[in-house]
Amino acid sequence: MDVYLPIANLSVNGLVIVLLGGLTGLLSGMFGVGGGFLTTPLLIFYGVPPTVAAASAASQVTGASVSGAFAHARRGGIDYQMGAVLVAGGVIGTGLGALLFRLLQALGQIDTVINILYVLMLGGIGGLMAHESLGALRAERSGKPQPPRKRRHHPLVASLPLRWRFYRSGLYISPLAPLLLGVFTGVLTMLMGIGGGFILVPAMLYILGMGAGVVVGTSLFQILFVTMATTMMHALTTRAVDIVLAVLLLIGSVTGAQVGAQFAQKAKPEHLRLILAVIVLGVAIRMALGLGYRPDEIFTVIVQ
Amino acid sequence: MRAGRLIALLLALFLCAGARDPILVPEISQHEIQVRQGFTGADLLLFGAILTPEGARAAGDYDIVVLLEGPVRSIVVREKRKVAGIWVNADSTEFRSAPSFYALASSRPIASLVDAKTAAIYEMGLKWLQLSPVGVIDPAGQKRFSEGLVDLMRRQGLYQENENAVKISGQVLYQARIALPSSVQTGTYTAETFAVRDGRVVASALSRVTVRKEGFERVVADNAQRNGFFYGLFAVIVSISMGWIAGRLFALV
Repeated sequence: MDVYLPIANLSVNGLVIVLLGGLTGLLSGMFGVGGGFLTTPLLIFYGVPPTVAAASAASQVTGASVSGAFAHARRGGIDYQMGAVLVAGGVIGTGLGALLFRLLQALGQIDTVINILYVLMLGGIGGLMAHESLGALRAERSGKPQPPRKRRHHPLVASLPLRWRFYRSGLYISPLAPLLLGVFTGVLTMLMGIGGGFILVPAMLYILGMGAGVVVGTSLFQILFVTMATTMMHALTTRAVDIVLAVLLLIGSVTGAQVGAQFAQKAKPEHLRLILAVIVLGVAIRMALGLGYRPDEIFTVIVQ
Repeated sequence: MRAGRLIALLLALFLCAGARDPILVPEISQHEIQVRQGFTGADLLLFGAILTPEGARAAGDYDIVVLLEGPVRSIVVREKRKVAGIWVNADSTEFRSAPSFYALASSRPIASLVDAKTAAIYEMGLKWLQLSPVGVIDPAGQKRFSEGLVDLMRRQGLYQENENAVKISGQVLYQARIALPSSVQTGTYTAETFAVRDGRVVASALSRVTVRKEGFERVVADNAQRNGFFYGLFAVIVSISMGWIAGRLFALV
C-alpha cells in the first residue's frame, strides 16, 4: 500500500509504517515507555529524513501515552502536583532543545549528537535495568527475598533550596529537582523524538525517591504533555511534522499499546524488565557500532 | 519602406539558416505532474520530430540529447570522516545552484557525439553540472564533493544519465522515457532537446513541466508552512483522540 508523505516528500509502504507503530506501541503498553527510542531510528533507517522522523514520532508517543495516562488517572496513580512541575520543566526543556537543535543543525553535528545521546542513554539505562532485573530473578530463584530497597531521594536532591510537600509521592523535597529532571527530558524529547519515559521512570524512583505506585502514571502524564509541546514546537520551528506519517504510526501504536497492556498484566514484572533491558541494550549496541563502522553514506545533502 | 526591407532581410537570413539547420518540435506526455495521495513517481515520455524549417522530414543522421532539469537550489554537502574512532561530519561545502533533479537521455554516448567543451556548455552529462560552489576550495576537494553529491543523488534516482535511451525512428521521430521518483521536488522543470550532428548542436528546443502538490497533499504542505500553530494543534488533537478512542474500544473488548 503506497502512501505519499506530503512533508517528508516521499512515498512509503503504509503497512510497514503501521507495523512499526504497532511494534513500538506494543513496547509502550508492556513496559510503560513511549517507544520513541525505536521509532525514530527505524524511520530514519527506512529513508525518512531525520528531522521529519523526530518531529512525527513525538505525536505517536502522545497517542500511545493517552490511554495509559487515563487508566492511571482512574486508579489515582498520578501525582498532579509533581506532574505539573515536571511538565513545566519539560516545556522549558523543549524550548531549550529547539534552540540546541537549530545550533547543532547549523554546525552539521545533529546526527552525531543524536547517535551519541542514544548510545549513552540507552546503554546506561539498559545496563541498569538488566542488572536489577537479573538480581531480582536470582534472588527469587534462590528463595531469599531481596532486601527491600530503601526509598530515599538522592543526597544531592536534599541539598537544593526551597522544599515542597508532594503528598501522593510521599516526598518533602525541593521542586527544583523534578523541574530540572523535566527540563532534561524535555531537551531529550526535542532532540531525539522520544518521550523520555525510560529515563524518567528510573530517575523518579532512584533520584527523587517517589513512591512506586505513582511513578508510571506521573511519568505518562509528563510524557503526554511534553510530547504535545514538542509537536507544537516542531510545527512552529522545523515545520517537519508529517501528519500522514503521524497518523500511520498512531494507527499501529494505539492498537499495539492496548495489546501490550493486556500482555503486561499476565507477565511477571521482572521478566518484562529484563526483556526491555535486552531490547534497549540491543539498540544501544547497534547504534554504538554504527558510530564506528564506515557509514553507507559519506556525503549528506542539506537543502538551504 | 525601411520596415519592409528589414523584414525581407530577416526572412532571407532565416531561410539561409533554415536551409541548413533542422527544427525540433518537442512534446511531453504530461505538462503537469500532480503529486497526490498514492503518488509513487511518474514516467515522462519526451518525444517529438526533427523537421526541416519547411516542415518536411529532415532526413539526416541527427542525434538527439534530452535534458530534464528540476528547480535549482542552494545546498550544503557534508562529508563524514573518522575522528577519534567515530564517523562525524567533518568537511562541508556549499553549492549555490544544484539541480534537485537532472536526467539526461541521448541516442548515443555523449562522448561520441560532442567534444568536452560543447558538452560542458550545454551541461550534457553529470560531470558537467554547473553547481556554482561557494568560497575558495582547492579543485581536488571540490571535485570530491561534487562527485559525492552526484553519486548520492544518482542512487536516489534524482540524477540520471541514460545514454542510448533516445530512440529515433525513420530519422524523424524521437522519443525518450524519463522516470521521476516519488521524492521529486515540486516546481518547474525544464526539458531541453538538442539535435546534434558532426559534433555540433544544430537545433534546440525548450519545454516545461510543472510538478505540484494537489488536493490533500497541497493543503497539508501549505498549512505546515503557513499555519504552524494550527497545524501543530491539529496534530496534537488527532494524536490524543486516536489514543483515547483506542483506549475506549479496547475497554469494550
